[in-house]
Parts: sequence; C-alpha cells; structure tokens
Amino acid sequence: MPVMSYIQAVTTALKEEMQRDENVFILGEDVGKKGGVFRATDGLYDEFGDARVLDTPLAESAIAGVGIGAAMYGKRPVAEMQFADFIMPAVNQIISEAARIRYRSNNDWTCPITIRAPYGGGVHGALYHSQSVEAVFANQPGLKIVMPSTPYDVKGLLKAAIRDNDPVLFFEHKRAYRLLKGDVPEEDYVLPIGKADVKREGTDITVITYGLCVNFALQAAEKLAEEGIDAHILDLRTIYPLDQEAIIEAAKKTGKVLLVTEDNKEGSIIGEVAAIISEHCLFDLDAPIQRLAGPDIPAMPYAPTMEKFFMINPDKVEKAMRDLAEF
Amino acid sequence: MAMEKINMPQLGESVTEGTISTWLVKVGDQVNKYDPIAEVMTDKVNAEVPSSYSGVIQEIVAQEGDTLEVGALMCYVEVADSTNTQDSSHSSSDKVNETHESVDPAQEQSMKKRYSPAVLRLSQEHDINLEHVEGSGRGGRITRKDVEKVIAAGERGHNAFSQSEKAPETNKTAAKQTAPQHERVQQEAQAGDIEIPVKGVRKMIADNMVQSKTEIPHAWMTVEVDVTDLAKLRNKVKDDFKQNEGYSLTYFAFFVKAVAQALKEYPALNSTWAGDRIIQKKDIHLSIAVAKDDELFVPVIKHADEKTIKGIARSIHDLALKARTGKLTADDMQGGTFTVNNTGSFGSISSMGVINHPQAAILQVESIVKRPVIINDMFAARDMVNLSLSLDHRILDGLVCGRFLARVKQILEGMNDETTSIY
Repeated sequence: MPVMSYIQAVTTALKEEMQRDENVFILGEDVGKKGGVFRATDGLYDEFGDARVLDTPLAESAIAGVGIGAAMYGKRPVAEMQFADFIMPAVNQIISEAARIRYRSNNDWTCPITIRAPYGGGVHGALYHSQSVEAVFANQPGLKIVMPSTPYDVKGLLKAAIRDNDPVLFFEHKRAYRLLKGDVPEEDYVLPIGKADVKREGTDITVITYGLCVNFALQAAEKLAEEGIDAHILDLRTIYPLDQEAIIEAAKKTGKVLLVTEDNKEGSIIGEVAAIISEHCLFDLDAPIQRLAGPDIPAMPYAPTMEKFFMINPDKVEKAMRDLAEF
Repeated sequence: MAMEKINMPQLGESVTEGTISTWLVKVGDQVNKYDPIAEVMTDKVNAEVPSSYSGVIQEIVAQEGDTLEVGALMCYVEVADSTNTQDSSHSSSDKVNETHESVDPAQEQSMKKRYSPAVLRLSQEHDINLEHVEGSGRGGRITRKDVEKVIAAGERGHNAFSQSEKAPETNKTAAKQTAPQHERVQQEAQAGDIEIPVKGVRKMIADNMVQSKTEIPHAWMTVEVDVTDLAKLRNKVKDDFKQNEGYSLTYFAFFVKAVAQALKEYPALNSTWAGDRIIQKKDIHLSIAVAKDDELFVPVIKHADEKTIKGIARSIHDLALKARTGKLTADDMQGGTFTVNNTGSFGSISSMGVINHPQAAILQVESIVKRPVIINDMFAARDMVNLSLSLDHRILDGLVCGRFLARVKQILEGMNDETTSIY
C-alpha cells in the first residue's frame, strides 16, 4: 500500500473522481496552471484541461455562487477556497443558497457541491491564514462539514463528499498537508460522512477531537501509555451533523472525557459535543467534561512564541490528558 | 537533655502498618543511633527498627503485639545535648519527609467523599459500601475504575464487599430504605380499582422482604433430582399411611428429611450472619412456608434432624393446620435456621426464593414432573424435580452449596422402599 502525505491524498481523490465522473470539475484561485498554492490540484490542469480546472478571479462569493449554480444544474463542482479565512465573502451563498435549496424547493433541487478549504495554524500564517472557521457553519441544517485527520480518511471522505448529493464543506488542516503521512490504498473507496471513527481503543480516559488534533492526541496517548494511562480516542471526522451515537458510546466507555479543538474555546464544536454527553451520559460520568481549546482571542498571532501559545500541541494535550486521568 | 520520639518507620513501599513482635530494649537502656530497638513484623517483611537517636530509653509506649500505623509513636528517648546537632539535622530531614508526605496526593483524602455520578450509580446498582473502597484518584477520590475493580473482584467471589459493617445498623437501614419507597407510592387509584391498606401480616412480609433483599446479597443455584424411586415408595405406602395415621404423607416430608440430614453434614448452610462474625447453629430447625389466602407464615419444624419421616409429616400437617386456622403461636414461628419452601405445590418448576432473614439460605422444592431422561443412552420416563437454592453470598460460596445440593440429591435419589423407613 503506498504511503502518501495528507495533501497527496487530496490530489489523488480529486484526480480519481474527475476520471470517474466527467461532471466533476474544479474551480478556485490559482488551482489551474499553478496547481494551487498548496499544490493540491497539481497536475490536474494538464490532465483535464481548462474546462474542468477553472482559475477564477479573487472573488470567493463568485467561486461559491458559480459552483452552487453548476451543482444545481447537475454538475459536481469542487470549489476551493484558497484559505478557510477567505470563505467569509461566500458565507451568504453557502448558507442562504447551498444549504437551503433542497428544503426551499421541496426536494426539487439539490446542490451537490464540495467546497474545500485549508484551515488551521502552526505554519506562521498569522491571522488571515490560520483560522478555524468550522463553527460558523456548524448550525446550518442542510450543510455537512467534514474535517479529516489522516491521509486515508482524506481520500475516502473527499470522494464521499464529491459523490454526496448535498453541499459538503471539506476543511483540510494546512499544517497536516505535509506533516502527516500514512498508508492509502490504491483502490477506490469511500468513508461514510456523519460517522466518527475510533482511532485508539482505551479504558482510562476518552479524548474526542478532530482534524490535526487527532494526531496530537495519538502522540500524547503513546507517551501516556508508558505511564499506564490508556486513552480512548474518537475522531469526529464529520463535525456537522455530529455522530451522537459514537460520541455517547466513547464517553460512556471511560466516564472521563477530554474534548480538544484548535478553534477558540467558546462556541466551538466541542461545546456541542459536551452538551450531547451531558444530555445522555450523566450517570456514566466520572469527571467533569474537560475542554482543551484555543484561547478566546482573534486567531492567530504571528510572533512564533505567541503562535505557540495559541496552538494546540502534543504537550498541551498530554498534560490535559494526564490531569484528567489522575482526577 | 531533650525528649525525642521514635515513630514507626516506613518499612517498604506500600507498607502502612507494622506489628511489634519483640522489644530489644527496655526502659533505662542506653542506645546508640542506629542500634536496633525492636523487631517489627509487617505483611511484607520482618525488620528491626533502628534508633533515630543516641540516648536513654525513657518510656515504651507501644507494647509487643501492638499493630501501629506508619508514623505512630513507639517510644521516647532522652537525648543528651551534645548530640543535639545531629538530632536537629535528623529532625529537619524528618520534617522534609513529613512535608513531602502532606504534599503527596496519594495521602491526601479531601476528595474521598466526592462521588461522581458514575461512582454513585455503580455503587448503588451493586450494593457497594463506598466507605470500604480505596480511592486512587486525586485527593483520594474513588474513581469509576476503582468501583469497577471492586465489582469485578466481587463477581469472582473473592470479595464479599457488601456492607459487612452495616449489620449493626440493619434495622435503621431497612427502615430508611422502606420509608422512601412508601413515600414514592403516591399513585392515585382510579375509579373501580380496589385499594388494600398495607398493614399487619402484609406489612410485616413487605418489611421482611425488603430487609432480606436489600441487605443480603443473593446468589442462586439449581439441581435436578431423579425421584422416581422415591415416588414409587410414596405411592406404595401413602394410602395405608393415611388410613393408619389420619393425615397425608406428602412428598414434602421426604424433602425436609433429606435437607435436615444434609444440613447436619454441611453446617455452613445452617448459619446466621451477625455482622462481624458468622454463627453456625447447632440445632436444625427448619422453617417451612405456609400460605393462607393473602398471608404467608413461616412456622418452624424444631429439631427436624431428629425426626422420622413420619414425625416430619406430622409436624408439617400440624403447623399447616394451625396456620390455616390462625392458631400459630409465636413459639411456632421462632428459631428457624434454614427454610424449605414447597413451591412445587403451586406447580412451579423454577423459582428464586428470597432468603428468610437472618438465615443463610432457602431451598425451593419445585414440582415433580414426569420427563423423558436419558439413562444408559436410552430414554426413560422418570420423575424429575428441581431444587433451587438461594444463598447469602456473604456467608456461603458456590462450592459448599454445590456440595450440599449434591448431597441432598444423593439422599433423595437413594430413597426407595428397601432403604427408607417412614417410621
């Protein structure tokens, strides 16, 4: 099985889907000739031509709007926001149009668009190239939000997103692009959207997280295993709608739950996860539900020391996990 | 001159106490620092306790045979001033140890009684007294895992963790537990429903059952007995018996006889839980359950082991008659050490009895049923009966109960017209 980086898995999934279905096309800033600022669409312009890999103006609202229209017309667009931070001008299109059209048209119209966007910090990108924006979209029924944590999940979930008949936001952690490598099968496979995944079985504490933080939690768990602390790690994979069943099961397993996100703490996805657990698991809880998240300040400082202060890292996760295990 | 204390030292990790086996010094003895002053026995090691000072033994506080916690005072030593410098260095290191201990989270117990919802739920579901559970969490907190460990240990049968020291306050607990239940029954009767006030015998039955079920950790066991020969025997003699004696010879008399005989051989089942000890009763007084309308009486066949089958049949007949005519006396009901319950008379073939507090077990004699049974690879029509035992798992374990039931089975299967005399 070939070992791939996280971004190679993105490219592979795009390429295979474009080969499989001629309705799939890509649009975004610098995605064509340049192959994307992160090289996510590298080689696709050469293979599929300018009719299927479209360089757009610097107008996110237009990228989303054109994509939504094409999707409603029967195409399968994959729109790229160069950085998740730039998605804001497209919010009206995404929430008011893409997310609503199936409901608004009483099922006559659908909008099978996938919108990819790199998010997250740790790359010295400063404020407008580091933010986590998922919480903005995470109470909009009609939308699905996928945030994969491994190259394997990237390929399976991006294919699932493209084939999904409703709009899917696909957030890729930009630091993970070249940091994370893993086995990715050559064959065609999809992973179910809306299902969380147990990344590590354990009995002492439960860590529920998503995206790059899954990797941090796994690193911390390996260290803590040497101290006899056995962590159970659940990767949400899809953060809207949440896989309630898996969350409840994971929380009940140990009764000690740590939730981790890189996003600002208040109003983040993990607050909703905590609510699900407190609704369903009171009599299985052995400790207060703990949250480890970014501080409630506008993300993300440029100074390396301050960026380090803001970012979640394996040490911070390890400390929080140990603290909870000892409770 | 200064008076110094010598305390029980920490003799190895996780050792919390030591027993003084021998004092090696007596009052007035001169000791040097590091001289052995006493031999101490712990559950891990036997060791000599060295003197922390040079001086004269002034007073021996702990006696031989005493078990002291680590840090408890053993004796006083009078120390000459010249050695003070040494002492101060030593005592300061002592102090360091002390402060270290007080900081050590394992020693701190501030969270010992802060129970999480999971811990409370598990302890209630499994009837675990949290006072007896070691907490491994921060500040001595009992974690869910700690409780799960206790449950696992209990299920393996090593650890009857149920509320051993609660026995003295049994009545209080029982009262406490019944009271809220009565309060909770705030249900309104609908038109046409019949309301029956709970009082008298019904109330007593209710209270006793609650006490039995809440206090006694029940476990169950059933054996199947082939009573074909016994049935032949009884059928052969029952008509003559009725004619001669004036009352019936029931199967139940044979079962009571067999149980009384087996109890003699397995006195563990003929015992009572008394909180800090188990009392094995010498006399075998068998309680039998007699139902009358909506009332349940448990009169006692005294000295059942000394009676013949006829004697037992007579006792059963008399007690049942008294129960039905309301003539049972307090004396008739007292002193039972084990209960045999004739559930078979209702046609039951399997049941789980509630132990008659404070006895250790109850045996349900189920209905005798003719069934095909394989004997020597051939089907045979045999009279089969199930005997279901409920046991107090604080007192009894599966092994002894299994042997007891096997013995009852053996006795019953051996009863036939050649071996068994009714008189």
